[in-house]
Amino acid sequence: MSLKSNLHNLKEKYKGTKMAPAFNAIHTFLYLPNEITHNGTHIKAADDLKRTMNTVIMAMVPCLIFGMFNAGYQHNIAFGNTTLESMSGFLNANFWTLDNFGVGFWKVIPLVIVSYGVGLAIEILFAIIKKHEVEEGYLVTGMLVPLIVPIDIPLWMLAVAVAFGVVIGKEVFGGTGMNILNPALTIRAFLFFAYPTWMSGDKVWVKGAVEQDQLIAAGQNLDAISGETVLGSLAQGKAAGYEVMDMFFGFIPGSVGETSTLLILLAGLFLIFAKIGSWRIMLSSVLGALVMGLIFNFVVDSGWITESSKFYGLMSTTFWHHLVIGGFAFGTVFMATDPVTASQTNKGKWIYGFLIGFLSILIRVFNPAYPEGVMLAILLMNVFAPTIDHYVVQGNVKQRMKRLKAKTA
Amino acid sequence: MGLLSKKDAQLITDPLADNNPITIQVLGICSALAITAELKASLVMAISVMFVLGLGNVVISLMRNIIPSKIRIIVQLIVVAALVIIVDLVLKAFAYQLSKTLSVFVGLIITNCIIMGRFEAFALANGPWRSFLDGIGNSVGYGVILLIVGFFRELLGSGTLFGIPVLGDPIAKTGLYAIGYENNGFMIMPPMALIVVGIIIWIQRSKNKALIED
Repeated sequence: MSLKSNLHNLKEKYKGTKMAPAFNAIHTFLYLPNEITHNGTHIKAADDLKRTMNTVIMAMVPCLIFGMFNAGYQHNIAFGNTTLESMSGFLNANFWTLDNFGVGFWKVIPLVIVSYGVGLAIEILFAIIKKHEVEEGYLVTGMLVPLIVPIDIPLWMLAVAVAFGVVIGKEVFGGTGMNILNPALTIRAFLFFAYPTWMSGDKVWVKGAVEQDQLIAAGQNLDAISGETVLGSLAQGKAAGYEVMDMFFGFIPGSVGETSTLLILLAGLFLIFAKIGSWRIMLSSVLGALVMGLIFNFVVDSGWITESSKFYGLMSTTFWHHLVIGGFAFGTVFMATDPVTASQTNKGKWIYGFLIGFLSILIRVFNPAYPEGVMLAILLMNVFAPTIDHYVVQGNVKQRMKRLKAKTA
Repeated sequence: MGLLSKKDAQLITDPLADNNPITIQVLGICSALAITAELKASLVMAISVMFVLGLGNVVISLMRNIIPSKIRIIVQLIVVAALVIIVDLVLKAFAYQLSKTLSVFVGLIITNCIIMGRFEAFALANGPWRSFLDGIGNSVGYGVILLIVGFFRELLGSGTLFGIPVLGDPIAKTGLYAIGYENNGFMIMPPMALIVVGIIIWIQRSKNKALIED
């Protein structure tokens, strides 16, 4: 008997019992169901929820693989095993080595497994309690989570955060499609506020740097590893330390999958082409960031702020460099466009996206405690998205009323 | 029959569960979020509120027939303010460190909705004994939630209970900390208290479906 009929039989056997949703989910995740609708006329469309989510995951896979290479690369650089001549292009031979990949692979895969394992277990648990089908909502979140955490985050912290994010961020509101906040960002925000030492600083972005630190603290004679992110350096008024092209290609320390702006850009184009990501949100978010960056540049150019100011480093950053450093690109393409938590109206999407970009850079510059602002900006705008939609709809209603009055008068 | 009649006993037991001031009436949330990061502060707050509410209810109940209804709110405020000042001064005299931790929140007992709510809803219409029981019941219901929230927040946020380390020493890395456990900094922050209260409400309502309103 094939796996498919086995699964089908299992599903039939458990029909009506408490465990039915679990088997159902596995069956329909792997195969199309045997049963289809019999009567009536139907329009068959391929873009159901599962297909949509799989497309997003496909867009993320390059970032994930790049993240594995980068994790190994940052580790090897920090420990003096390899060097990179700057500006040697995206297909740099020192970067794309099997050794880098191997080091990164064994660090990233556990993150993915924990994220999916804990998240899906909770989804299935809730499906059984609430007696409904398992929803696919966690597929994308489960892939996003390992991409937005530092490489060295302890797995149990990730598990706790995923459990918190799925339950408090999503299930309490009624599950997939009902959540107010983006679950992946809820998970990251939880980690950020609960375990700040593991989510920021100059150690966590490089595999092994924290352990090295502990060994030094224990009295061993080793060199401390510093893997400051670009944003971290700038926030402290230091030079970025990387060429712009390196930042664009992603050969910089950062969360696992968010460093390569190039791959994220390609993924964004792919999502727009597949009509899954909203180009309005992505474009307006970039515009918002550029406007805020220009304002800050203008303030610096006019000499309204002295070089000794603690905001000088980030404010004087050339405005478009903001797009390639930190998690801005990743957040814009994968998180801001989340169809559940974003604005639904077209006009609303412009406002929503613009404010995300605008606030991201604002938080980035003015909040030294949280050197990356895109997470908080998106979460904040998630909360305001329904309000924006409400006023867009009301505005439309008012306009049509006016037109109606003009016609009938 | 015992000490209390069935009706009187209900005054104490109802606010503990099905008519809890925090989880059902959603009153007194402000202090519940602000001071529950430590169990000790929660306990002192609970006792303070019990003192103010129990005594205040009796005083208001005794005066209920001579208070002109037009100025009853001001009279209630004076009673509660006087009692709160007593609590505040006692804390300052005998537990100075604790009164520092509780800071303005002792003073803010005056504005705690539970107290004015019970004065208005119960003490103005009932005799002193029943009012006393009602005050005790409601403040115990308030205190129980405070202690539950405080327990989880202090245990998970600081690894201590009543200031005594129970999970080991985070600096010397003993106990749970030896295997990589770390305190959850989010638990200390007020937003997490809101979430903990929310989870308590969630559990309570899923146990008793009658509490769910549309």
